[in-house]
Amino acid sequence: MSLRTLYDKIWDAHIVSEQEGGTTILYIDRHLVHEVTSPQAFEGLRLAGRKVRHPERTLAVPDHNVPTTDRSAGISDPESKLQIDTLLDNCATFGVEIYPMEDIRQGIVHVTGPEQGFTLPGATIVCGDSHTSTHGAFGSLAFGIGTSEVEHVLATQTLISQRSKNMRVRVDGELPHGVTAKDMALAIIGKIGTAGGTGYVIEYAGEAVEALTMEGRMTLCNMTIEAGARAGLVAPDQKTFDYLMGRPKAPKAGAWEMAVSEWSKLSSDDGAHFDHEIVLKAQDIAPLITWGTSPEQVLPITSAVPDPSAIDDAGKKEAAERALAYMGLTPGTPLTEVPVDKVFIGSCTNGRIEDLRAAAAVTKDQKVAAHVNAIVVPGSGLVKEQAEAEGLDKIFLEAGFEWREPGCSMCLAMNADKLAPGERCASTSNRNFEGRQGKGGRTHLMSPAMAVAAAISGHLADVRDYQVRD
Amino acid sequence: MEKFDKLTGVAAPLNMINVDTDMIIPKQFLKTIKRSGLGKHLFDEMRYDDDGKEQPDFVLNKPQYRDAKILVCGDNFGCGSSREHAPWAIADFGIRCVIAPSFADIFYNNCFKNGILPIALPQDQIDLLMDDAERGANAIIEIDLENQTIKGPDGGTLSFEIDAARKQALLEGLDEIGVTLEAEKNITEFEKNRASAQPWL
Ligand code: SF4
Repeated sequence: MSLRTLYDKIWDAHIVSEQEGGTTILYIDRHLVHEVTSPQAFEGLRLAGRKVRHPERTLAVPDHNVPTTDRSAGISDPESKLQIDTLLDNCATFGVEIYPMEDIRQGIVHVTGPEQGFTLPGATIVCGDSHTSTHGAFGSLAFGIGTSEVEHVLATQTLISQRSKNMRVRVDGELPHGVTAKDMALAIIGKIGTAGGTGYVIEYAGEAVEALTMEGRMTLCNMTIEAGARAGLVAPDQKTFDYLMGRPKAPKAGAWEMAVSEWSKLSSDDGAHFDHEIVLKAQDIAPLITWGTSPEQVLPITSAVPDPSAIDDAGKKEAAERALAYMGLTPGTPLTEVPVDKVFIGSCTNGRIEDLRAAAAVTKDQKVAAHVNAIVVPGSGLVKEQAEAEGLDKIFLEAGFEWREPGCSMCLAMNADKLAPGERCASTSNRNFEGRQGKGGRTHLMSPAMAVAAAISGHLADVRDYQVRD
Repeated sequence: MEKFDKLTGVAAPLNMINVDTDMIIPKQFLKTIKRSGLGKHLFDEMRYDDDGKEQPDFVLNKPQYRDAKILVCGDNFGCGSSREHAPWAIADFGIRCVIAPSFADIFYNNCFKNGILPIALPQDQIDLLMDDAERGANAIIEIDLENQTIKGPDGGTLSFEIDAARKQALLEGLDEIGVTLEAEKNITEFEKNRASAQPWL
């Protein structure tokens, strides 16, 4: 057999049938569902008199709309409430398991899936959400789909799809002190651009990727969609197996050994062909920050706001001018002199326990600047519980952060957590698009530790200037 | 799904790169549990000011583009969130064809599920169409999916590529789920094999 990439192997193992021209019926092992992109899909099933083919391969959780403050009185926004109630109803009607808001397991769908062991190596995983790429950290082929496709998967447990091209991104060497998986992701996007991965599935490899924890790999794969690629992949290894062992939905003893021996075969063959390959040196990556309204508009924190007149490409120049006007920034201003109003630590990119630990390490014995409103939103109820068991909540609260209930929160501001027009936010989320965190809101993307540095200093700041305390 | 074969109409120029789906339809309109009625919110934050009044400069607010059926755009159109509300809003506004140098994958897929034809063309051809579109209401463009051609207002014709299966689905307005379920035998067979080889899945 010819040499195959990890992506090829997973793809091949899921072909139900293939038409001439490459259009494939692809089998889907796991389907995650949330409240925003599913109501019209369930409605479609109902109208056509169809059932969910495999409710047991489907897991639902409300996350985008849930309030992150006191939930005892329920959801006050009537539209959010209707959407979440609709999800509960649909799950009851179609027999799909759901973790409702009151359940400790509730959280952002891409935090919950791995946490429960629902995400497994070699599996195909979809969700009506672009950041489904997160799950690729486990060596599963995971990607976002639209609502019509959600309906298709619910009804058939398959998807009509076309094979992507293969790209490998290798990061060699060791990340410097203060540089995280988030910086690695931003560095890659900065290098290839937000459309650089279009049409590809990216496999991440190299020492710096192998050295990442599972949480770090999830951060990296999560941001893959911001590089335009549909899915990111990291070959599973002992860390992957250790993370999964004993999780509620992972294979149990007996099946476990068999699964691990299958999973151990999941890597690209030596010499397999990649349509495109890029290599980065880990030691060249600095703590990064976005200055514009696209994740590719990224620079080391030690830089100044760029000058659009120095950009050659006409489209990029115009985009930069528009971005600077929107962001209220003047070319030449050192990034570390840009004041912030809000700080958001959370999201499916950086709302896991390791992210909160990293943030707490910088927060300890410090105070949030007086003019800054800073919130920490754990990615799930279980992350929150774990953080509280470790006392991280106290560190944040003593410093002046708010400590919230789990959900998407200010990542996309569908609930009450949002920026006012003109407000500037240091955010650990994944998108700095215009209006993403609230109409007129200005978002700078960065790692959790960098966001804390911004909270403490009151302006964008270099985490390397802040002592990390154990 | 609505069929797509030929389309004749005005093209609106939206000369921006990286137009994301948050711009196409902001999150406050994602709270709906329906597919319909999103056209009035298409490009909401660029189209209206804070009081909900139309911004006269925005292309779709200009009289000559209010009935546009085609959108000519910059590179990487539809990036970001997977929200199918984006094509729903575009279709509900009356636009059935989007032309750009490149599209984000999920948005591109979503178009086909909603009777919208996304056409990717090299930048120099986009530049020509952008010029045509700038000329306003009398610059009518004709799209012919069967023959894969775009005829400009001056009679010049461009051709475009499209995957054969997707073309057929659009031409026939196929119910994809129905078609897949015709192959249910294969799915069941696959599941049987899978259950013995990888019982944990
Ligand atoms: S945290 Fe943000 S990016 Fe992640 S699923 Fe929620 S809204 Fe989407």
